[in-house]
Parts: sequence; C-alpha cells; structure tokens
Amino acid sequence: MNRHLTPNLILGAILVALVVGVAGLSLIWTPHDHALMNIRERFGAPSDVHWLGTDQLGRDIVSQLMVAARNSMTVALIAVLMGGSIGVALGLLASALGGWFEDLIMRVADIGFAFPALLFAIMLSAVFGPSLWVAVLAIAFINIPVFARVTRGAANVIWTRDYVAAARAAGQGRFAISRDHILPNVAAPVIVQATIEFAIAILAEAALSYLGLGAQPPSPSWGRMLSEAQTLMFMAPQLAIYPGLCIMAAVLGFSLLGDALRDLTDPRLTRSRQA
Amino acid sequence: MGYFLLRRTVGFLATVLTITMVVFAVMNILPGDPALTILGIDASEQALAALRAQLGLNDPVLVRYAAWIGDALTGDFGTSHSYRVPVSELVLERMPLTLSLAIGGMVATVLLALVLGIGAAANHRKSGDWGVMFLSQIGIAVPSFWAAMLLVLLFAVHLQWLPPGGFPGWSDPVAAVRALILPVAALTIVQAAVLARVTRSSALEVMRLDYVRTARAMGYPRQRILWRHVLPNALVPIVTIVGLQFASLITGTIVIENVFYLPGLGRLVFQAIANRDLPLVQALVTLFAVIVVTVNFLVDVIYVMIDPRLKARA
Amino acid sequence: MIALSDVSVGFDGARALRDVTLSVARGERLGIVGESGSGKSMLGLAMMGMVPDAARIAGEIVLDGTAMSGAPERVWRRARARKVAMIFQEPMAALNPLQRLGETVMEPLLVHQGLGRSAARARTLELFDEVGIPDPEARLRQYPHEISGGQRQRVLIALSLTCDPALLIADEPTTALDAHVALRIIELLVRLADKRRMALVFISHDLAAVARATERIAVMYGGEIVEGGPTPAVLAAPRHPYTRGLLGARPGIGGQTPGRDADGRRKRLPTIPGSVPPLSLLPAGCRFAGRCAVELSHCAAVRPEPYRLPDGRFAACHLLGAGT
Repeated sequence: MNRHLTPNLILGAILVALVVGVAGLSLIWTPHDHALMNIRERFGAPSDVHWLGTDQLGRDIVSQLMVAARNSMTVALIAVLMGGSIGVALGLLASALGGWFEDLIMRVADIGFAFPALLFAIMLSAVFGPSLWVAVLAIAFINIPVFARVTRGAANVIWTRDYVAAARAAGQGRFAISRDHILPNVAAPVIVQATIEFAIAILAEAALSYLGLGAQPPSPSWGRMLSEAQTLMFMAPQLAIYPGLCIMAAVLGFSLLGDALRDLTDPRLTRSRQA
Repeated sequence: MGYFLLRRTVGFLATVLTITMVVFAVMNILPGDPALTILGIDASEQALAALRAQLGLNDPVLVRYAAWIGDALTGDFGTSHSYRVPVSELVLERMPLTLSLAIGGMVATVLLALVLGIGAAANHRKSGDWGVMFLSQIGIAVPSFWAAMLLVLLFAVHLQWLPPGGFPGWSDPVAAVRALILPVAALTIVQAAVLARVTRSSALEVMRLDYVRTARAMGYPRQRILWRHVLPNALVPIVTIVGLQFASLITGTIVIENVFYLPGLGRLVFQAIANRDLPLVQALVTLFAVIVVTVNFLVDVIYVMIDPRLKARA
Repeated sequence: MIALSDVSVGFDGARALRDVTLSVARGERLGIVGESGSGKSMLGLAMMGMVPDAARIAGEIVLDGTAMSGAPERVWRRARARKVAMIFQEPMAALNPLQRLGETVMEPLLVHQGLGRSAARARTLELFDEVGIPDPEARLRQYPHEISGGQRQRVLIALSLTCDPALLIADEPTTALDAHVALRIIELLVRLADKRRMALVFISHDLAAVARATERIAVMYGGEIVEGGPTPAVLAAPRHPYTRGLLGARPGIGGQTPGRDADGRRKRLPTIPGSVPPLSLLPAGCRFAGRCAVELSHCAAVRPEPYRLPDGRFAACHLLGAGT
C-alpha cells in the first residue's frame, strides 16, 4: 500500500468530499424547499418523504441540513480566504522588509492571538447588530495573525536559499522576489494551515450562529438549528442530534485532511513519526 | 531573574495597552453611530444629538480614548446604559461564577488530559493509545455547546440526575456545585481532547531521553517513572498549551454560560449586546482579552519556576 | 556474577547480538571494546534486561545465581540497582534535569532500601564522599546543569552504588569527558570495584581506557565477540585481524608497536577501511569479511569457530584455524 495513503488522509478526504458535495448539491437540488413550513407535519418522524423527519415548524430536516452545509462552507471559505490573503501578504511583507517592520507585525500578531473570534464577533455585533457578515469578519480577523506567522516563518527560510541570492544578485527587487520565488514556495505550509483553519472556521461559525451572532433566520445554519432544538429538548431531543453530527463530520474531515497534508509536506515530521 | 521579570512585565503592560486601543478602535472608529444603534432608527434627531453629547461622541477620538483609559485607571469603567449602574459593580457581581467555571474547567481539563495523555504514551502503539487518540480526535471536532446539549439530554432530560441549567446562587453550595457539574464537564471534554494530545506527544519525547533510561536502570516502578520523571519534564510544552488554551477556554466559558443560562460575565455580555449597551460590551471585551494575556504572562513566569535551567538563564 | 551463554538479540531479521557467551566473576573487571554499531551497548542493555521492546532475545542469562532468561519485566526490575546497576555515556543527559542531585541519589534509598529521609541523606553524603565529590553538602542542593561533566559522572556512579550492586556496567563512561577527567573516573571505578568486590563491565571504544580499567577483555564486532582473554595479553599480541585493526587505529597502546601482525611483520593499519555495515547487511559467515585486510575466500560464507589459545585466550578467525 502507498505509504502516503494514511487512514487520516482517506477518512479526511472522504468526509470533506461528502460535506462539500452535499453543500454543492444543495445549490441545484434539495429533497424539499428547506424553508417550506407545514405546521400539520411538525415533529414528523423519519419517513420516505422526510428522511430525517421534520422540525417544530414542519420543515424538512435533510433539506435544512444541506443548505446549512452550504452556508457553513461559504462562511468558512470567505473568512479563510479574506484572513488568509491579508495574513499571507503581511507575512511576506514582514519577511521581505525585516527589521523593525517585521518585529512590529509579529508583535501585533501576538496580540491578535489574545482575541478569539467570539470577542471580535461580540464587538462587531454590538456596533453593527448581529449578521452573517459579523461572523465572516470575526473569523477572518483571527485568521490574519495565524497566516502572517506561518507565512513569515516559511518565507524566512526561503530567503536564505541560493536561488533567492541569485535573484537578488540579478538585481530583482524584494517585492518581485517575494512574488516570484517566496510565494510559490510558502504555498504548501499555507495550504496546510488553510485546511486546518477551515475546520476551526466551521466550528467558530457554528458557535457564533448558535449564539445568534451569525446567520439570521430564515437562512438555516447548523448552529442555529441547535439553539432552536435546545428549547425543545424535552419535546424533540432528536432535533439536537443531526446538526451536531454534521458539524462534527465537517470539522473532523478538514482537521484530519489538514493533519495528513502536513505529514505529507513536512518530511522532517514524517520521518520522526516513523522512527 | 529580576531582569527577565522586568522585561516580561513591560511587554505585558504594552500588550494590555494595545488591547485597549484595538477594542476602542473597533467600537468607536468603525463606521456606525452608537447613538443610533442604542436608540434605534425611529429615534428623533434631538434625542440622538442629546445622547451623542452625553456619550461624549462629539469629542475627538483621542480625547475619548484618553478619558476612557484615565477613568479605568481610577477604577471607573463607565456606566451601563441598560442597568444604570457602574460597569465595575456588574462585573464584580458576575465574576465569581465565571471564574469558578473557568478555573473548574481548567483544573478538570488538566487532570483529565494528564491522565489520558500519560496513559496513552505509556501504552504507545497499543489499544489504549489508539483509544485515547481516537477519542481526542472526536473531542476536538465536537463543538462545546453541542457537547453541553448532549450532556443535558443524558443527565438532565433522560436520567434526571442534574439540573439542565440555571444557577441557584451560592447560598446553597450543594445546589450551586450541582449546577456547575455539567457546564464544567462540557468545557472539559473539548479542551482536554487537545491537551491530551499535547501531553501524549510531549511525554513520548521525554520517554526517549537518557534520564528515563537511567530511572529504568535503577529499577523504579513504571508508575513512579511516569509521574516523577517523565511528567515533570514533559510539562513545559503542556504549560504552554494550557496558556494558549486559555483564550479558547474564555470563549468556551462565554458559550457555555449561554447554553446553561448561568448568570456570569458571558451571559452579561450577550445581554449587553441585546440591550445595545456599548460601554458594558467595551469593558467586558477588554476584560476578557486582558484575562487571556494575563494568563499567558503568568505562564511565562511559571515556566521559569518549573525549570531550574531557565531560572539560571533568566 | 553474571554469565551469558549464546545470547542473541534480533530485530526483525537483523541480529544485533549473535551467540554471545561470557561471564564475569565477583570483583573481576571485564572490558568490552568495539566500534559504534558493534553491539557492545546492546550487550550492556541485555545484561540489564533492557533490550528495546521490539527486540527478541534468546539464550541464557544467569545473574547472581538466578536464571533470568525469559524473566518478566518485574523480575528484572527487582534485580536492577540491587544486583546490577549501569552508568551511561552522556552524564548530562543521564541525570533528570529537574531533580536536585541530592534527590536523585536519595531516590533509590527511599524507594528500594526503605530508608527515612534523614538516613537517606546521610547515606548520600557518604556515597558522595566515596566517589570523590568535594563539598557534598553543597552538591545535594545543586542541579545537574550547575556542575561539571566529571562531577555529573561521579553523581551517576554514586547513584549506581546506592543499593550495593554486585555488578556495575559502565557504558562508555568516559567518552564524553576530557582526557584527564576520564582518567580520574577510570581510577575511581577500579578502586570501587576492588574495594567493594564488585564485578565491573567496562564498555568502551577507547582501548586506552579499557587497558587501564580492566583485567579481561572481549572484542566485539557485528554483534559477536571475536576475541577475548586477559587484557594485557590481547592488547600486546592481538590475534584477530579486527583487534589488530582497532589497535592500529589507536597507536601506542599496550606497549605494542602498532600495526604489527602475528608474525611481527610490519603491516600498517592506520585505520580500518570502511565502517561497520548496517546489521542487515552483515555477511552470514565471519562478520568482519569485506573489511578484513587478510580475508580468505570462504570467510564471508563460513562462520569461524572460536579458536582457543593458551592462557585462556580465544579468537574467532579462519586464519588461526588454517595455521597461518
């Protein structure tokens, strides 16, 4: 068997494909209209028509879970892309310029770690009122220092390489070198980090929408489905199960995939693991 | 040692100052009219103007920031709009519950993680190891509020052993502790999953070292080697992660208080958002962030205390 | 004190030790020499019952009259420190960096000997004195990083003596030390072995150290003992090409002109060509085949039997059997 095909990689890839696939499918097809209410069929048991039953308003659970998967992926994708590109840019800049600028960026990044996404979301919600964009911005914010640090660490190594020295000798400027030589070579650790941050973003989005700081009704989200289910826990405990399982599967998938990718791209780590 | 503490303390104070700037900037410079946010879009222009004047919004930003910091240094963290009492009073009233939850969660997390992590390392590549790794992988992927709901389903709804939420106050200590068991357990599950992994890998590193071989060569019992020789030496990375985890523990506490309707700071901040109580939100967010960096500062100091080699160097 | 017969240690397919037979009597000092990778450290660990989990061990080990072959870990654990103790190469790494030296040495006295804290402390001071640690009172409170390498090795020796072992295994105890410090440690080990009538197994790649420390010597290559006998005799007139190679690599040892073969002909061997191959690539016959300067056609295929010489010496080499 190929030694790269670890159980982590296989399980992670399957879960990610499943979640992303379902999210994509929801764009063109769901079993029912996810927002369609039918009070007569509330708390319906699983059946041929409603595979996982219906909620307190008679809405189809499977359809809601599918649209919620799409929302969750969208939030995570935008947030990681936003925070990631700003963070990567800052990391490249810090590494290219060095000196006090690098120190400053890294000190500010350290302070960024003191702010969990939730604190940002609380501040933004207090100022603007809660919305999906608050969740996206808050998650994007906490990603900036993470990517800045990873990028700068990897970039500092690349700057010592011979081909970079050659490019400098050929008169290429720091920004051109950053673009042509540094960026392609820090891509691997950045992609690994992005996969792991994707998992964290899904968890954060779920927590924020559970607390009412994320997606607003009627847009379904796993977190809000759970907060609605909580008030009905004595009546319909099954509603508190499915969205949680979805969050778990999505987070597990991306974090397993991230771990596996890191093992693949960091030979030093893999070797010590075999020893 | 003295120099190290001095340098670290200066860095810590600078960080706290920066945090206040960040919070102030986000809440005061970003586009948006606090007066409008507070009064709603139906408010009359006079009412808005009056409130702006009352909040000092007509002053330049730097003047307002300086006033905020100056007041905070004298113990005045502003007045809550919605409760119409000083913020400090509200915070002191809610603080004990939040601290009990956070410290209880931290202690339970560390104990559980050390037992699981050291146990897994001692059984490296055996079923116990795989079991702990599997459970921790799941634990990392479970949102704390969902873990809390599942615990409520099992222990409150199904078995009816423990209350599903609410807090009876400290006058009845037994009831108070019973009310905190599920919240602490929910916090612990997620946090311990991460820490158990770190403990395991750190212990595995240490177990390869020569002095562990010396301890084996001296015929000490296995458990003694694990807890007296491996664990203390594995603690340095564990303490680092405990410090870093404190940020997510604070988040977790805010979330869990809302899951269980516990009247602590986390619940307070959400009530403040609902009430558009900006001074209260600003003070609480600053407090949470300052708690996080304070813990990290203490962790750095603890480091030096647990490792005599660092003490010599510092 | 300890007797090994036909002890082998294998890792899936490759053998780190092959049919090692040796014995050490009370008060006797045995040296084990060889390059790194020759299996001498594995031999030391085998005598402690501490071969790695992945290894399979076969053969007889009799320790102080008790057959230890196949004994479970808890039997070995009871023998360690009390019957057989071991000190290691890197004295910095071998001491727990977070323990004060006093705690380190008191630990076995408290755990194994059942002494109270004050008795253990008094005994520790005696042991520090016995191994030549100056100002023992002050040392009790110090950490390993605060003292010199030689002092650390003395602390480890004191630790190994806490439970009065009948056998002390010293694995490269002087390698990490300066030459003059190493000499003092060797003198200490010799004195302790004589005074306590303790058997000493001194493992080293340093022939000068082994010459000073031991009465008998076993030369190891590829997991086998290739030559053995009284230390002065073996070093003065080595019979195995490998031993000769080792001596050639370290000139001026044992009063013998280096690089002289059995017939006294001058034969320069400044170093042994090549290095010890990985275990799995060793030849099936004589393990030195391929690096040997005087190899015969059948050496790599046929395993040489130990060839017995006068005064209890032996060497495993086809050249001796062939009468050359």
